Amino acid sequence: MSKGRFGIHGGQYMPETLMNAVIELEDAYLRFKDDPEFNAELTRLLNEYAGRPSLLYYAEKMTRDLGGAKIYLKREDLNHTGSHKINNVLGQALLAKRMGKTRVIAETGAGQHGVATATASALLGLECEVFMGREDTVRQALNVYRMRLLGAVVHPVDSGAGTLKDAVSETMREWTSRMNDTHYILGSVMGPHPFPIMVRDFQAVISKEIKAQLLEKEGRLPDAVLACVGGGSNAMGAFYNFIEDKSVRLIGCEAAGRGIDTPETAATIATGRLGIFHGMKSYFCQDEYGQIAPVYSISAGLDYPGIGPEHAYLHDIGRAEYVAVTDDEAVCAFEYLSRMEGIIPAIESAHAVAYAQKLAPTMRKDQIIVINISGRGDKDCAAIARYRGEDIHE
Amino acid sequence: MSNIAKAFASGKAFIPFVTCGDPSLAVTERLICAMADAGADLIELGIPFSDPTAEGPVIQAGSERALANGATTNKIFEMVRRVRAKTDIPMVFMTYANVIFSYGAERFIRTSAEIGMDGLILPDLPFEEKGEFGPLCKQYGLDLVSLIAPTSKDRIRTIAREAEGFVYCVSSLGVTGIRTNITTDIAAMVRLVKSEKDIPCAVGFGISTPAQAAKMSAQSDGAIVGSAIVKLCAQYGEDCVPHVAEYVKGMKAAVS
Repeated sequence: MSKGRFGIHGGQYMPETLMNAVIELEDAYLRFKDDPEFNAELTRLLNEYAGRPSLLYYAEKMTRDLGGAKIYLKREDLNHTGSHKINNVLGQALLAKRMGKTRVIAETGAGQHGVATATASALLGLECEVFMGREDTVRQALNVYRMRLLGAVVHPVDSGAGTLKDAVSETMREWTSRMNDTHYILGSVMGPHPFPIMVRDFQAVISKEIKAQLLEKEGRLPDAVLACVGGGSNAMGAFYNFIEDKSVRLIGCEAAGRGIDTPETAATIATGRLGIFHGMKSYFCQDEYGQIAPVYSISAGLDYPGIGPEHAYLHDIGRAEYVAVTDDEAVCAFEYLSRMEGIIPAIESAHAVAYAQKLAPTMRKDQIIVINISGRGDKDCAAIARYRGEDIHE
Repeated sequence: MSNIAKAFASGKAFIPFVTCGDPSLAVTERLICAMADAGADLIELGIPFSDPTAEGPVIQAGSERALANGATTNKIFEMVRRVRAKTDIPMVFMTYANVIFSYGAERFIRTSAEIGMDGLILPDLPFEEKGEFGPLCKQYGLDLVSLIAPTSKDRIRTIAREAEGFVYCVSSLGVTGIRTNITTDIAAMVRLVKSEKDIPCAVGFGISTPAQAAKMSAQSDGAIVGSAIVKLCAQYGEDCVPHVAEYVKGMKAAVS
């Protein structure tokens, strides 16, 4: 069996041209991941620059309103650049520098990973190019401007449906043509080994903090941790340090789009099948001949036809649960959290909020739910206004 | 001698690629016969995939056209069955791992062998993942063709040792597509392969002109051309057959 397996999932299904690049990356990652100097520098950037640790906030009004479990929000939206993406990007950008790379490339869906990559590149003096589906450059126009402002070049991708999967494909193609001086900062726990473990490790700071913060506030573990799942990086970060704590339910909230019984969905666990794509074996939305489905979600960041291989494995062994949340439910949750707690979540994170609204009332008042608010929702305001029939200009 | 070995038995080989179903499977069937008559030594048949990550814009567009025109794995198998009755030219499928995996690896490989295919080329199945389909290919007698790239370096020996059919030498960095200049030291790559195993080496990626084909095949056992042919299919559509045949004739003359 090849490297980087989670059960039957994972692997390195990459073109030969890139194999030495991923092997070099794995070597570098293994060399630096336990290096005290590397980790000190990363920790300093996470704390001094990105604003970690992020708050664990007790949502008292929401808890009272739902009348069940006590709800805590892990405020990844408060990180510099507005989402959890910065955790992974700082790690990979530092690694890229250690590897002697001078240029980074990245895919982006909602634009959050692209903005984080452009930000780290500005800080660390790396040349940066971001690939973003044409459709997404329209629905996340503000983030396109932010990336350019930060000095990155943004390439709209016209192939396929012009969304996240096409951005990933195009970034892989770009990497194939230039890897000597270029590192691909993949934004999620997906792709070929070592990306799924490396991105997970850089995001695991989320669950490490949740655990310590909740122990301090409540003296115990949560009963459930909820996070939205596209590729699954914020969810894997929020789950990772609880995997061995079997009493903690881990719940990933997928984007059902217009519903899992319609073709306009991005819920991979609910509607996908085992396959091989983008360097990994995992579950993918696809047709009977293995053609990858043109998935849909209102959320550009969850609009991906696959899921990271470790999530696929956690699903297989029953350690994590995956539920599907529709556009409508997510938009309602987006509005709900804004009015209830004065916190505007990213539309991606709103998928997890929506499921918490269903789950909390079914739980006892002495139980605890943690929702990972993976990002802030400023970027989504124009799109949600349009969804509600209001045309606002940014 | 395997059917693929025959392609290299009488001098340098010219290996054209077409995407099945671009513009239609009926045209692909005629293209195969016309290319065989025009001097092709081995034909690569692309099974279109929705997200071909190793392809440049020309073959991406060809795959999109083929899928939009209704090409499916089953219909491609039927087409190959029909064309196999008319020609004994060696043929290999070029596609992506998910097309095979999703169909059921054993069902795909068994059917491919049954209808007379000789091998498989999978750009997203590197040496490390050969176990996915390699044993089934052996069982049913298909050659799983290995690729080597300008970045392969020390991997070339390892890959060559287990290579079957022929070794596909990727000429340049990047994806498939026409290039004006190929700067890789192909001869050195080929020498490294041959020092491990006596197996034919054909060069692909970026070749479009007779001069390039002549230069590449001088340093190897043959030249592979995809994008330049798919471009003719895009340009002439249903009427592409004589244009492709003419092109193949010129390229075969250049490599000989």
